[in-house]
Amino acid sequence: MGLELYLDLLSQPCRAVYIFAKKNRIPFELRPVNLLKGQHLSDAFAQVNPLKKVPALKDGDFTLAESVAILLYLTRKYKVPDHWYPQDVQACARVDEYLAWQHTTLRRSCLRALWHKVMFPVFLGEPVSPEILAATLAELDVTVQLLEDNFLQNKAFLTGPHISLADLVAITELMHPVGAGCQVFEGRPKLAAWHQRVEAAVGEDLFREAHEVILKAKDSPPADPTVKQKLMPLVLAMIQ
Amino acid sequence: MKQEVPERGVLGLGWRRLKGTGSGPRAQAAYRPRFRAWRLWLVGVPNVCLKMVLELYLDLLSASCRAVYIFARKNSIPFDFQFVDLLKGHHHSKEYIEINPMKKLPSLKDGKFILSESVAILFYLCRKYSTPSHWYPPDLHTRARVDEFMAWQHTAIQLPMSKILWVKMLIPMITGEEVPAEKTEQTLLEVKNNMQLFEEKFLQDKMFITGDHISLADLVALVEMMQPMGSKYNVFLNSSRIAEWRMRVELAIGSGLFWEAHDRLMKLAEWDCSTLDPMVKEKICKLLQKFR
Repeated sequence: MGLELYLDLLSQPCRAVYIFAKKNRIPFELRPVNLLKGQHLSDAFAQVNPLKKVPALKDGDFTLAESVAILLYLTRKYKVPDHWYPQDVQACARVDEYLAWQHTTLRRSCLRALWHKVMFPVFLGEPVSPEILAATLAELDVTVQLLEDNFLQNKAFLTGPHISLADLVAITELMHPVGAGCQVFEGRPKLAAWHQRVEAAVGEDLFREAHEVILKAKDSPPADPTVKQKLMPLVLAMIQ
Repeated sequence: MKQEVPERGVLGLGWRRLKGTGSGPRAQAAYRPRFRAWRLWLVGVPNVCLKMVLELYLDLLSASCRAVYIFARKNSIPFDFQFVDLLKGHHHSKEYIEINPMKKLPSLKDGKFILSESVAILFYLCRKYSTPSHWYPPDLHTRARVDEFMAWQHTAIQLPMSKILWVKMLIPMITGEEVPAEKTEQTLLEVKNNMQLFEEKFLQDKMFITGDHISLADLVALVEMMQPMGSKYNVFLNSSRIAEWRMRVELAIGSGLFWEAHDRLMKLAEWDCSTLDPMVKEKICKLLQKFR
């Protein structure tokens, strides 16, 4: 059995792994894991990832969780072009810096924006107060500004003149609130231009394909009551 | 609670070795840092001549700073310790914002190159100073295990461990109000669950996370799990496997260095928070509303 990637393209980190593998022509078997049906909570999936999260990788007997770790593993194993994760110590450090920073900042803000704006009311049938939604969107605004001011600045890509893992991880995160109907690129010409550059570097078709699911998030059918019961505490923990 | 910075040694690099007094791990600490760089900025010494020695901007109250500090010291990497006092709000100062506009610690300054995020700093130091390979093993699978933990820990370990310190001690200390019991219980439960995941998935029956040798993952894990100790809350009591691993990591680092790095944290309860800058206190109170 070759490389297997356990993914649900609803999830931002899954999209980053999917695009990276496809872009670099890394052969893999796609193992879909439907988050909205709670498939990540199954015993079978726990054998692949006891943390019960996607993405997860299985390469023979070797299993691996965490998208950043998976991206780095694929980078090293398949010897992808240098710009993704440069050999140069300082250039590489810039990518590491972004990949570390984003966990508790952009990832969190984007996740909360999607769930508060769309998934709670539409999928879980739970209303979200206007105050909470406003606070979440304000926090997103602040974080996106931090991304622009501290990472992008006046560069073509987040860490320099070429696309890297940092850009891929960032863009897939930002598509979460976009899927929720938030205009994150509006009024931000620098960021909008960067978005275009990243999409062009990845390839528009691949980008569109990877984001089909999230762009339809608003049309998610309501959760089955048993599934909702299973997912609710985990969702609340995830977005706190 | 003054924290001191190592004085430069004979060649202008490294630090002076001082003799400890008495016995016990802390007294054996060979190096006592001395307050330093802030004085230069206060008297307006221009930053025209770039220092060639590495600068690490740290407050050992922060787990991320302790990881970087211990790693640099353990590997004899010469550096200038730039103390940025979190308790006095120095991370919000104009001077520090020039180093890190996001006002976070730790930061590294290597000539003109400035780097934030402890995980990035640790990898940078590994590569630049060619540290022993067990810290970040070159084997594809083993390295991936380190990466996996380093990614997971941000939200699963660092954040909740830090929350315990805030909820059990800093919030009541600074605001004079207790955090609702339900919130505290929630935080403690989250930590308990994640410690279980740590044991079952990352540590298992091995000596260290990657196997027989200490790596960056163990270092980062331990300094973060020490954070609640500042409020006298010990997360190592529930599992003998974790308690044994904790001891192994401490010994691999060296007990002297380990406890020296944790001294400020362990004395946090003695901090006179009336010295907290009122503006910083206000900022903290606003942030703390989120916990309630």
